[in-house]
Amino acid sequence: MAIEGADIVKAAAFLGAGISMGVGAIGPGVGEGMAAAKACEAIGKNPKEAGLLTRTMLVGQAVSESTGIYSLVIALLLLFVV
Amino acid sequence: MGFGAIGAAIGEGFTAASANEAIGRNPKLSGDIFKSMLVGQAIAESASIFALVIAMMLLFTNFPAHTLTPYVLIAAGLCMGFGAIGSGVGSGFPAGAACKGMARQPEVTGRLTTNMLIGSAVCQTPAIFSLVVSFILLFTDFSVRPVSPTWAAILGAGISSGLGAIGSGLGGGLVAEASCDGVARQPLTATPVTNVMLLGQAVTQTTAIYALLVSFILMFKSFPTTDLLAPPMALLASGLCMGIGAIGPAIGEGFAGRSAVAWIARNQEHIADLTRLMLVGQAVAESTGIYSLVVALVLIFVV
Repeated sequence: MAIEGADIVKAAAFLGAGISMGVGAIGPGVGEGMAAAKACEAIGKNPKEAGLLTRTMLVGQAVSESTGIYSLVIALLLLFVV
Repeated sequence: MGFGAIGAAIGEGFTAASANEAIGRNPKLSGDIFKSMLVGQAIAESASIFALVIAMMLLFTNFPAHTLTPYVLIAAGLCMGFGAIGSGVGSGFPAGAACKGMARQPEVTGRLTTNMLIGSAVCQTPAIFSLVVSFILLFTDFSVRPVSPTWAAILGAGISSGLGAIGSGLGGGLVAEASCDGVARQPLTATPVTNVMLLGQAVTQTTAIYALLVSFILMFKSFPTTDLLAPPMALLASGLCMGIGAIGPAIGEGFAGRSAVAWIARNQEHIADLTRLMLVGQAVAESTGIYSLVVALVLIFVV
């Protein structure tokens, strides 16, 4: 197997992209689930506020999604730019 | 063979741990509770039995001597070993909740047992995906494929399904736990609770299905021979990406489903609002799992 510098860099970039997106997906997934769980609980207790609660949940989830999107950006940079 | 033994040891170690954790959740015993505990444990145990079968096969089958064989053995061992963790622990949740529920409401024992069995069966599906992938890995003739990058595709396939099964097994278990708890508290709500449980569990299974899809592509697509390091690393990375990326969303969806089912049991007239919110929340939690799938597919097909 002919292993050269550029090849090693590429291989490491691919591996890094996979690990970045894989590990980066854990936190947002769990965190958004917790937000949804609490929102369900709140609607269960106070169904009249369903609209407000759904909106709040989505805003909170959008914020926790951001680190997942950072991971995606880094993974795509590693794949296509490096 | 040495590699096979390592894979088998990892598989057995993980599954022993998860079975113990599941057993620790069901301490109460007497009559029906004891019976239900045994049934629940038998289901939790089945994941580790799958792992035992694969471990035995790794140890006692004569595999053809080929450069790729060690990779196949490691991949099959890792796949089933990791894959049994989530299902073993996850099936323990509804079994524990059903035992506690029977202690509180002995008259709903029949309905609770049905609910527990349905919920646990769904928790087992990711372990069955892993079993299928392990069997395909062990019985496919890879000797006609080029050694590089097929070695990485084999490892990636095993890792993807194995790790991808952890979250879905756990997440499905959380939803089933809440539904067993709910049926015990409010036996009248059993039907809607079971229905929403199945809906919530189905969503938690999706990431395990993505992982299975990536494994199948890695196993069955033929890749051109290469002397470079980058193409095999891309395949390995795609398995890692999808496998690890599937864990978080599935657990998060399990939290959402658990809460929704628990509140439907208490407040049945708001089932529509709660189901809708659960699905919206789960859809958002799913997004990072979909990013992982996209990156995994890009790693396989584009780069």
